[in-house]
Amino acid sequence: MAISTTHTIGILADNLESRKSVLPIPKDAVTHWADGLNLPRGGETVLYTGQMYQLIPYIEALVTQERKLGDSWLASFSGVGRFVNRFINIAALMGRPSPEERQRYERIPRNVARLLQKVGLEFGILYEEDWYSGALMYDLGEDEVVSAHAAKVYRIFQKYGVKRVITIDPHTTNMLRSVYPKWIPDYQLRVQSYLELLAEYGFTPDHPVGGEVTVHDSCVYARYEHIIDEPRFLLNGVGLAVKEPVHSKSRTWCCGGPAESLFPAKAEAAAKQRVNELAQLSSQGVTMCPICWVNLEKATDGRIHFQDISEWLCAGLAPTE
Amino acid sequence: MATLVNPNLIDQVKQSDAFNAAACMNCGICTAVCPMGIEHLPRELFRYVLLGLEEDLLAHRDAVYSCLLCRLCEVNCPAEVHIAGNVRTLRHYLNQAVFHVKRMPRARKATTG
Ligand code: SF4
Ligand code: SF4
Repeated sequence: MAISTTHTIGILADNLESRKSVLPIPKDAVTHWADGLNLPRGGETVLYTGQMYQLIPYIEALVTQERKLGDSWLASFSGVGRFVNRFINIAALMGRPSPEERQRYERIPRNVARLLQKVGLEFGILYEEDWYSGALMYDLGEDEVVSAHAAKVYRIFQKYGVKRVITIDPHTTNMLRSVYPKWIPDYQLRVQSYLELLAEYGFTPDHPVGGEVTVHDSCVYARYEHIIDEPRFLLNGVGLAVKEPVHSKSRTWCCGGPAESLFPAKAEAAAKQRVNELAQLSSQGVTMCPICWVNLEKATDGRIHFQDISEWLCAGLAPTE
Repeated sequence: MATLVNPNLIDQVKQSDAFNAAACMNCGICTAVCPMGIEHLPRELFRYVLLGLEEDLLAHRDAVYSCLLCRLCEVNCPAEVHIAGNVRTLRHYLNQAVFHVKRMPRARKATTG
């Protein structure tokens, strides 16, 4: 990886600085999930996606093309590639996910909006100003770039007078709740995962779902943000029995996803190890992070099928149409 | 071959007091629980930094970048070493020292996304 690492990190840093995302995707791809929901723009409480679910199909389209070329999904970018990337959004030219793939991930923020409405919460969204949090660059240790980005994100929240942010995935939750406050003086936002809010508001389904699932805790939810009991409370609430793997809760095993951008082969091995453990317990798995979801689903070999937790919870709601 | 020692390595790596490699007592629990089976992380790498063994640190840079920052080691560490945070600090150092990652001049035209 030695040759490509400079350029991989450089490209991601350039993109975050100039395009406000590590992998800039079309504006429509950021907001498409909200079409027809008539959610207000801004407000004291906003549902914030951090683009995480929307990004996955684009990253996967890149991975598919890049896998033919080398070990890393950005390995084939040369120094020239990084230079050109400053002017043309190379990443966006490299792969286009199918509408079906996009829809699979866009369903999740839609599900979350539905679930929050079910418990009577009123919220707005930020549409195209719902930016990526910078989590990947933070993991790579590039704090200067990420802290400058964080200041820009925070100014958007201030512009709309936002006081409470509801997050959908663990990485955005961690950045907005535990990382940004280190850099931004007088940080005033209350940041909660929708899972915490649904549990707090005592979410109950319209009808029970029933069945048995095994659950994969996200490292970031479980060990960084201590979100462990809420998903179990909610799954039990829709009538699902939860089978716990040996490595669960604060001892959960990582899906391998964080190594994907630099070491795809190692990431895959970690995912397989995790799938082996979960598949022994059930053929139905629950994930609560888009990175866990895509990584584990790729490693299943058909032994177990993973669904985002919001899908399981929405299965307990009466149809809207 | 003689091993070069860089006595200033710890100061070059360290960004703040949060880099607490010195707290490590080399018990090996982190290595035992790591799902990636990373042998050199974190205890040996932290030791290299403390001892100024820059070449050894650089030779094991893949381990630094393949860490998942999953913190399974950290919750089991008896010495409360900020393992994931320390790994991020090492990356920050290596990004500059080895890979010369520098922020490029601002792109002229920014697209959104
Ligand atoms: S578990 Fe903690 S004290 Fe033990 S070797 Fe690892 S970092 Fe050091
Ligand atoms: S944080 Fe890194 S070193 Fe620690 S257990 Fe996870 S992958 Fe291994």
